[in-house]
Amino acid sequence: MRAFDYERPTHLDDAVALLDGGGPEARPLAGGTDLIIRLRDGTIRPRVVVDVKGIEELDAEIRELDGDEAGLAIGARAVMTDIAADERIVGDHQALAEAAAVVGAVQIRNRATLAGNICNASPAADTVPALLVFGARVVVAGPAGVRRIPIDDVLLRSGVTTLGRGELVTAIELPRPAGPTGSVHVRRTRRRGHDLAAVTVACLVDGAGVTRLAYGSLGPRPVLVTDDTGLLADRAAPDRAKMERLEAMFSGASPSPRSMRASPEYRLAMLHVLGLRAVGIAIDRLAGAATVRR
Amino acid sequence: MTDRRPLALTVNGRSRAVEVEVHHTLLEVLRDDLGLTGTKECCLVGECGACTVLVEGRSVDSCLMLAVEADGATVTTVEGLAIGDRLDPLQQAFLDTGAAQCGFCIPGQLVSAKALLAVTPHPTRAEVEEGLAGNLCRCAGYEQIIEGVLVAAGGEAHEAAHATPVVGDRSAVPDANLAPQ
Repeated sequence: MRAFDYERPTHLDDAVALLDGGGPEARPLAGGTDLIIRLRDGTIRPRVVVDVKGIEELDAEIRELDGDEAGLAIGARAVMTDIAADERIVGDHQALAEAAAVVGAVQIRNRATLAGNICNASPAADTVPALLVFGARVVVAGPAGVRRIPIDDVLLRSGVTTLGRGELVTAIELPRPAGPTGSVHVRRTRRRGHDLAAVTVACLVDGAGVTRLAYGSLGPRPVLVTDDTGLLADRAAPDRAKMERLEAMFSGASPSPRSMRASPEYRLAMLHVLGLRAVGIAIDRLAGAATVRR
Repeated sequence: MTDRRPLALTVNGRSRAVEVEVHHTLLEVLRDDLGLTGTKECCLVGECGACTVLVEGRSVDSCLMLAVEADGATVTTVEGLAIGDRLDPLQQAFLDTGAAQCGFCIPGQLVSAKALLAVTPHPTRAEVEEGLAGNLCRCAGYEQIIEGVLVAAGGEAHEAAHATPVVGDRSAVPDANLAPQ
């Protein structure tokens, strides 16, 4: 691995100053499960690596949102293992817990952060489709202060986000759904247990009949689509009608022909299969949640 | 440009202080600076698990962690599993079930299994498979490895192992027969 400077600031302001001063020559380090690989293979050659794990204002906690809004704030240092096991996330944001539980294997989940999964901006990022369906917000600190960005506005394309120079994710906010919901994360990989996804789908169905689907690995970034006609959420609607609706919703999918993990044809076919399956599971879970709460 | 930093950490219960290059991984420091070569270097991308160690009780790929990130941490390597001459129950079970073929992946398998049993003392077979999913065995000795973990956890396989001769006793087998083809 090429040499670099290593900084471990203890205050957020210092971290922002280091990242702002270094610009493209500075890289933040959280879990390191992507960064260290790229440092080693030379695809990135920063002058300075800024380890964010010593920053007092950043933590690994998952806590209730401040203020009147119900929901959770996931600290930038929270790792996948803890996100997957958090009972509140399992209860209200099941698709996110399921996605966090399939990132890499145990060793990766013990280090990898949700913030890193977002900022790495992989089209195959496991957790991002779930964050999209739940309308997560990314809290970012930077030279101009703090801003909250809807996750949909953070992602641009593979490896590129809308975060500016010197900006750093401090937390991810998850609004709690107003009523009962059903959600699920499903994906297709070459092997079980430890692989990047060839197709990843998250689905959220609510009591008002709105279905939110997000898919990854089928284009430069994960994409959110919504069905508010009630068709997908309708238990009685035939699969054939749902599949036609899904085909229209997924028309923007554009899988890369160059990926080694699966052909574009396979990905598109599996997107529809997984989409219909995800809708079915989410509907069943919504029915279960409604039963429990009644 | 080489930036060296003092590093203080507890490895296998012993306080260690070394000076390390900031771009060296925990794996490199364990093997090259501390001489703990039980932890293996293999894929270097976090897929094979041969370099698995415990940091603060959690399993991590030591090839994906800078040594300086472990400053102040408690680290357990495969060398820390046995107490003196007394093998860890996992190590004994791996011997009893013949879990080691070429043996290269076994340190990582043992450390991952140690982490699994610390959280889930009596895992199901599926939980063992999931717990060891980040550890590849190119000899494909997964059945015996899973069996070994279940035996160590004192499941049903435990009695079966004791009812049969020691499966892993290869003392009579010439080493040449054990070499990977």
